[in-house]
Amino acid sequence: MDAFFAAVEQASKPSLRGKPVIVGGLGPRGVVATASYEARVHGVHSAMAMAHARRLCPNAAYLVPRFDMYRTVSERVMGLLHELSPLVEPLSLDEAFVDLDAGPCGERLRRRPPEEMPEAVRAVGEALRAGIAAATGLTASVGIASSKLLAKIGSEAAKPDGLLVTAPGTERELLGPMPVRTLWGVGPATAEQLRKAAITTVAEIVEAGEAELVRLLGKAHGTGLYTMATGHDDRPVMAGRDVKSVSVEGTFDVDLTDRARVRAEVDRLAARCVQRLRGAGRSGRTVVLKVRRYDFTTLTRSETLRAPTDDPVVVKETAARLLDAVDTTGGVRLLGVGVAGLSDYTQEDLFTHGLADGLPEQRPTDADAEAPMPSTALQPSQPSSSRRWLPGQDVRHTEHGPGWVQGSGVGRVTIRFEVPGGEPGRICTLPVDDPELDASDPMPLVPGSGERVPGSG
Amino acid sequence: MKFRVERDVLAEAVAWAARSLPARPPAPVLAGLLLKAEEGRLSLSAFDYEVSARVSVEAEVEEEGTVLVSGRLLADISRALPNRPVEISTDGVRVTVVCGSSRFTLHTLPVEEYPALPQMPTASGTVPGEVFAAAVSQVAIAAGRDDTLPVLTGVRIEIEGDTVTLAATDRYRFAVGEFLWKPETPDLSAVALVPAKTLLDIAKSLTSGDTVALALAGSGAGEGLIGFEGAGRRTTTRLLEGDLPKYRTLFPTEFASVAVIETAPFVEAVKRVALVAERNTPIRLSFTAGVLTLEAGSSDDAQAVERVDAQLDGEDVSIAFNPTFLLDGLSAIDSPVAQLSFTTATKPALLSGKPAIDAESDETYKYLIMPVRLSG
Repeated sequence: MDAFFAAVEQASKPSLRGKPVIVGGLGPRGVVATASYEARVHGVHSAMAMAHARRLCPNAAYLVPRFDMYRTVSERVMGLLHELSPLVEPLSLDEAFVDLDAGPCGERLRRRPPEEMPEAVRAVGEALRAGIAAATGLTASVGIASSKLLAKIGSEAAKPDGLLVTAPGTERELLGPMPVRTLWGVGPATAEQLRKAAITTVAEIVEAGEAELVRLLGKAHGTGLYTMATGHDDRPVMAGRDVKSVSVEGTFDVDLTDRARVRAEVDRLAARCVQRLRGAGRSGRTVVLKVRRYDFTTLTRSETLRAPTDDPVVVKETAARLLDAVDTTGGVRLLGVGVAGLSDYTQEDLFTHGLADGLPEQRPTDADAEAPMPSTALQPSQPSSSRRWLPGQDVRHTEHGPGWVQGSGVGRVTIRFEVPGGEPGRICTLPVDDPELDASDPMPLVPGSGERVPGSG
Repeated sequence: MKFRVERDVLAEAVAWAARSLPARPPAPVLAGLLLKAEEGRLSLSAFDYEVSARVSVEAEVEEEGTVLVSGRLLADISRALPNRPVEISTDGVRVTVVCGSSRFTLHTLPVEEYPALPQMPTASGTVPGEVFAAAVSQVAIAAGRDDTLPVLTGVRIEIEGDTVTLAATDRYRFAVGEFLWKPETPDLSAVALVPAKTLLDIAKSLTSGDTVALALAGSGAGEGLIGFEGAGRRTTTRLLEGDLPKYRTLFPTEFASVAVIETAPFVEAVKRVALVAERNTPIRLSFTAGVLTLEAGSSDDAQAVERVDAQLDGEDVSIAFNPTFLLDGLSAIDSPVAQLSFTTATKPALLSGKPAIDAESDETYKYLIMPVRLSG
């Protein structure tokens, strides 16, 4: 999908079409998740600090992500991919590999003579793109090739709203002029090592030869890179890749120094982590605590339990124990709690079910969880008003109808009343506590497409 | 100092005392065994600030005295000596060990730097060694092994008149056993949490026929210590702080179903089926009238199924356990027949032993085991 989050926002909000849109964390330490192509012109890209993006492109619309919406659209697109083949390997919400050969069109394609193949697969790709546009109103780019690497490179090159078929035998032509960083497994370190050997493009890797690569990078990495540079990549498309861990983390707008606060945040993260773990129907044996301190030093500490658990009390206790061994006096920037070593069974604990008086060192965790947190830093901090309006949020007004929050401050909130697929709507500024204004579920992008958006929040 | 002692007597005493030597001594002198010869007896002591061990054996003492030597070295030497009388004597800062035609000269460690051993608390009562050893090994099996929750690495000893109750848990199972003993005072009442590993070591080193005295200090000298003494061997160990969670309410008293299975075929079946249960993945038990079906493994992996005869009184039950926890319990009940009582598949099940199928179950030992919940 092209600039997925931003594209969804532009489709939902007609007034933003053709305008720079940036989706991400809006707090002082937020990061850009997606920038629309209009914003990319100004040099904004994903993973950039939000403050940096605001300097580059001050006039863009800055919105918080609406993950429920993206997930709904993503499920629809993945549904279309599954019609092509049972072998679909999602990489993220908006990207997936499809093994056409394993699907119904694989048989049809195989019967064609090889010289017609590129045209035949192009037709499949175009049909898919048209299907996605019809179902979601969004554009997608497709890369089709003989391997995962080439398909991915193809789809990157085809963006936005394009299609690139790399015919078998032309892989090296396409790869040759590309920088070495294009290849998987080449990061800053490997690239630097190759640069010292005067290798900057993929073609130069092939020229250097396998022996040279092995000498430079070692056996495994060298051989692998050489094979990939020659356009060979025989990794299969893996449907339903196993989840290895479940984790939750959050960056604080202001470093936390109060130890009690840090402990309470770890508790909250542990609870959220267990919620996600249970949502996935899993349990895990290893509890991981991640702490990034004020100076960006990042520590991870883990403890492996004797048996898998999905008990929030056990995860909280373990995370709290791990925290005890970490010095946080300078301040904490980020905290994360994760569970790894996943299983599908849970060794229950005799003491966590209210059967006994509990272990002596066990804190009254339920009370902790219920205790109100002083201005939760995991969300952008807001005035202590009971109602918080975040830019991009869906709302409904009893008189003006559906719309979205453009901004809020000094007791007022600005709403643009418009619906997906309609004309750009008008702006209205209302008091933040207007009783007729309420948060609402997102509207489907394509009316009557059967999209159902679950309640957000 | 100079004394003579039988080689076997020496070797056994040194080996026993050396077991309490710390693997990584916090101070160099603690790597030493303290040898004291006086009034026709030789005593050997080891101490690591937590556990102290002292054994006393008969010896032919020519010259009284005290010396501190490397415990490991003395243990290795005495084990390897020929079967002849051993003569140990001091000569300045050296110790000479002579046995037959072998002669060893060892350095001594400074006796004056050796800490005083804790005083043995006054005796509280006595129990036959084998009774004590059996009860300890039955209960200590359920104690926790990791130090994250030190309380759970202990065995709780509760003395109430002529009954001693031992209890241990690693939070997944809970073992409780009791035995009768002879207290010094009939209305004695005390509770102590003893490190399970130490207690198990002590129980194992007792030989049948011995009588062991338990000494628990209420207050004053030897507070926070428990002492064990039998057959000339005396051990003290520091108690763990804290107490186990209250467990009386944990043990269910009413059950939806009760299964009775012959222990030996049950254990065999669990062991076989558990071969496919990698890393203690659960073993699933389904009880219906007359038959217990055991299953383990998943369709992605190897699978195993086996049926054994079982009597079931009450509703059918499907429940899953960690196979190691189940086997631990089955070996601990040490009875020809096992009885498993259930409330529901998510509540703890109670395992106890029976001398025969139609006999009453043994009330002196209970093993509570928490089931594994299968998701999805």
